[in-house]
Amino acid sequence: MEQASYIAAQVINGLQLGAVYALIALGYTMVYGILRLINFAHGDIFMLGAFVAYFLISRFGMPLYLVFFATMAVTALSGYLMEKIAYKPLRNAPRISLLITAVGVSLFLEYFCSLRSIFTPDYIGFPRPFEMETYNFSPGGFEFSFTNVQALIFAITFSALVLLYLLVYRTKQGRAMRAVSYDQETAALMGINIDNTVSLTFMVGAALAGMGGVLYGIAYPQINVFMGIMPGIKSFIAAVLGGIGIIHGAVIGGLIVGVSEVIVSAFLSSTYRDGVIFVILLIVLLVKPSGIFGKRSDKV
Amino acid sequence: MRFFLESKKLMLLALGIYVILRLSFSFDIVSEYIEQITIYVFIVILAATGLNVIYGYTGQFSLGHAAFYGIGAYTSAYLAKTSGLENFLFFPAMILAGGLMAALVAYIIGIPILRLRDDFLGIATLGFGILVRVFLDNSDRISETLGGSRGFTGIARLTNLEIAFFVTVFLLLVTRNFISSRYGLFWRCIKEDETASASIGIDTARMKLMAFVYGCFLAGVAGALYAHLYTFLHPSNFDFLRSIDFLIIVILGGMGNIAGTIYAGLLWVGFIEGLRIVLPANIVDLRWVFIPLLLIVLMMWRPYGLMTKKKG
Repeated sequence: MEQASYIAAQVINGLQLGAVYALIALGYTMVYGILRLINFAHGDIFMLGAFVAYFLISRFGMPLYLVFFATMAVTALSGYLMEKIAYKPLRNAPRISLLITAVGVSLFLEYFCSLRSIFTPDYIGFPRPFEMETYNFSPGGFEFSFTNVQALIFAITFSALVLLYLLVYRTKQGRAMRAVSYDQETAALMGINIDNTVSLTFMVGAALAGMGGVLYGIAYPQINVFMGIMPGIKSFIAAVLGGIGIIHGAVIGGLIVGVSEVIVSAFLSSTYRDGVIFVILLIVLLVKPSGIFGKRSDKV
Repeated sequence: MRFFLESKKLMLLALGIYVILRLSFSFDIVSEYIEQITIYVFIVILAATGLNVIYGYTGQFSLGHAAFYGIGAYTSAYLAKTSGLENFLFFPAMILAGGLMAALVAYIIGIPILRLRDDFLGIATLGFGILVRVFLDNSDRISETLGGSRGFTGIARLTNLEIAFFVTVFLLLVTRNFISSRYGLFWRCIKEDETASASIGIDTARMKLMAFVYGCFLAGVAGALYAHLYTFLHPSNFDFLRSIDFLIIVILGGMGNIAGTIYAGLLWVGFIEGLRIVLPANIVDLRWVFIPLLLIVLMMWRPYGLMTKKKG
């Protein structure tokens, strides 16, 4: 029984991490769906979100719900600017140039933010916006517990997912996004404004990553300008695992990545945790290259 | 012999460059630091040429090239150190061993993953690169010598101008001949259209694997030279960003252009290291703010590489 409780606790921890990955993965999957671009700078938008929230909480003492909205607004704006300044001029260039540009944007954000006069390259403690509480349950002797931080993360991730679904499948803008990802030229011929649709996609993705940054800061209160690199790569892996371009695929992929990472850290060694995800990735790619939920026609 | 006669002009050019470099090294015209950077440039060019064969000529997207570079480096350093044969006599064998190990690993993982295309292949190779990084980080569990995340220390400094220069020039000439051979033609066909290549009877799986193994062999050789130049290896020297470094050189030089890779390698390393020398100490940290900006501007200005104005 104790062993089972321990496993349950680790799975819940894994889901907590996985939910953050899922939020980042959504932005990757949407941008990839629409531009076929692996936006390496997306992980740095996540970092930016954590830092914006840090300043809003520690300098201005803003209440948490406002922090979420303000952070998402700032990251959405940076996503918009990033697309307009760096990616849009390359819309007709080879895709590889776009990828290199994305790496350039990513490096720029990291090193610019690590300047002493900006965020500094040091680890910074993220302020706790509220006291942590633990809720214990023991149905039939099987004990498990979760914290209010975890409850917050699950609630916010779930509601973001529902809102995103409504946006993509129930609004005109969402239909435009799906059309552009399906066939950009034909969508343009049908009178869809490609530029606006791409901008909107970047903004929504960046807002979700910003939200992920705030939640990450609350759950793992150590932030650093390079914190976005590995979560960024892992979230992209998560999006590929679930089937790139598919919203629920990104979420399930994120949860798989989070849980397997935490389980491996708990039962094997934390030094192997980055390795296991890529083993899973390689297996999934070889068995079903389009991902767990992937079908050729089902994009964003 | 035909091999040497046909590239007579290039050989003479290489010899001329060598004489100039040798003289400036011997008479201490340049500092030891610049000597080291010069040798490093050849190593980077060699590894980037390997990626150019894989990606630029054959069109197989790889984001994990540095993993093979690392495998070559660790293999040759480990062999040299444990066998005690750390001298110039056995050094060529150690270099070859590094290259062959990288080629062997490329062969084993190439068979399954080269079935993937485009970005999926890129992600799979990226994943493999991180797997190798995790392996190297934990390598001290296998052997203390490898050092794990503390790094591999105390490698003999065997790479000198002669070895780095002539190995690189020789392998570049081999690569050039490979490219203009029948195999090179098949590789370029596969890059243009894989399905059409298969339909005219090219064994695409075999040709892709061949290009991948050969490209990784070059990376492994470059890694072996690197290990014995800097005498210290750390897993972080072979991570994702290093793979991106090679990719940047290939793209800046132009896909499928060996001369371009040479110029771009020289410019890229020269620029990064040059800034370190030119910039005053108090703003040397700004280097990595300017370099990505330059990269973004270069991509906007010449999306097909520095040498090509337009496609075709």
